[in-house]
Amino acid sequence: MSTTAPQVEHQLPPWELPVTTTLVVSTALATRDFQDVHHDRDLAVQRGSKDIFLNILTTTGLVQRYVGEWAGHAALIRACELRLGAPAYPGDTLSFRGTVSEVLQVGVETRQVVDVVGSVSLGDHVTARVTVVLPAGAQA
Amino acid sequence: MSDTHDWIMEQASLLRDRGETTPRPARDPVNQPQVHTWLEAIGDPNPVYRDTPEATEVHGGPVAPPAMAQVWTMYGLDPHRPADDPLHSMMQVMDEAGFTSVLGTNCDQTYDRYLRPGDHVTVTTRLESVVGPKRTGVGEGYFVTTRSTWRVGDEQVATMLFRVLKYKPGPRSSGPDPSSTVRPARNRDSEFFWEGTAVGELRIQRCNGCGALRHPPGPMCPHCHATDQGHVVSPGRGHVYSYVTHHAPQVPGKQLPLLLAVVELDEGVRMIGELRDGTGSRLEPLSGPDSGAVEIGTPVEVGFERIDDDLTLAVWRVVDGGSA
Repeated sequence: MSTTAPQVEHQLPPWELPVTTTLVVSTALATRDFQDVHHDRDLAVQRGSKDIFLNILTTTGLVQRYVGEWAGHAALIRACELRLGAPAYPGDTLSFRGTVSEVLQVGVETRQVVDVVGSVSLGDHVTARVTVVLPAGAQA
Repeated sequence: MSDTHDWIMEQASLLRDRGETTPRPARDPVNQPQVHTWLEAIGDPNPVYRDTPEATEVHGGPVAPPAMAQVWTMYGLDPHRPADDPLHSMMQVMDEAGFTSVLGTNCDQTYDRYLRPGDHVTVTTRLESVVGPKRTGVGEGYFVTTRSTWRVGDEQVATMLFRVLKYKPGPRSSGPDPSSTVRPARNRDSEFFWEGTAVGELRIQRCNGCGALRHPPGPMCPHCHATDQGHVVSPGRGHVYSYVTHHAPQVPGKQLPLLLAVVELDEGVRMIGELRDGTGSRLEPLSGPDSGAVEIGTPVEVGFERIDDDLTLAVWRVVDGGSA
């Protein structure tokens, strides 16, 4: 393990992801989620939605991609808690911000708890808490 | 409500008592092509999810992204669900109880270890809780929480708490409430006018002394000063004498912008009222004065808008083909 003191209140670099129809549809199918509201605009509108929207499995994947790119390829994700809010529609931008809010010592593991907010024009799309173990020496 | 609530909670209790479902295997073992499809779509560049030296160094070979835990056991296109699926069963109960809409609110996952190509996971699910009824921003509903566990053989590899709000969509606010409109002052002089609109008549006050018509109604004839008053029923035709588009401030019960006109009736008196299109619908700004659908002289005829039992307003409809 690293001998460097863990950093609390560390800010992750922000990340902005344009939400496109292609993103919504390709991720829905890649997560094997065939609910019509994630690929069929007409049916989504019929069901009272403005458009198709990102599915939850994709939001989980994007949050972990965001934290993973900051933590490095050798990091291990232990947990991911999502609170879901405003839908992410094509044409919007999903903006991620993250902060290390806590450092936990669990056995030999030092776990960084990263608070992530992914927001769209309608408000917070997701509020997440990701627990990640950084590789030794990477916490400096 | 209470009967429905009791029934929901009873069904929830039965489903909860069933405990965990029997383990359901994933369609396929964890496999690199499905991981590649996911990585492409999500755009995740992490090399440990691919056959790379980094994967070998960190994990002894490629691993699957933890966020894919649930992907392996997704049902896919087949709409059939096993009879014991607690989430699906509880959703059917809620549908039957009238709580037909669904919204995911929480998804908490833990990962015991990273999965490798070849791992064949199974999933079990149990209903954890049904909590409600709760009033929420989208309507009244119940929070339904399930807990799933993924295993390879007997080894637990991931867990998920999944919570949805199953709700009755609340009333959609499709504009202001017309009944909140400003009420006219009614008195002995004007009561006949509002009694008229209520029965679909546009009444004009007439002096019983000299026969002159006048509006708005008043106690005394401005011509002969007689106080003996009666009324005539007008066919309700006239033209726009003047008009204004009201943009602000907000007016109770009205959607802005509002087109208000002084209408000169064929009988010669003038009345103020809201301008509508030929069908009686609100004139949208684009079909309003800027587009030339309304101008001074535009022929109009009366229409009646019933607000409630106590009030019916006279409105003015543009006569089709009437604009100059």
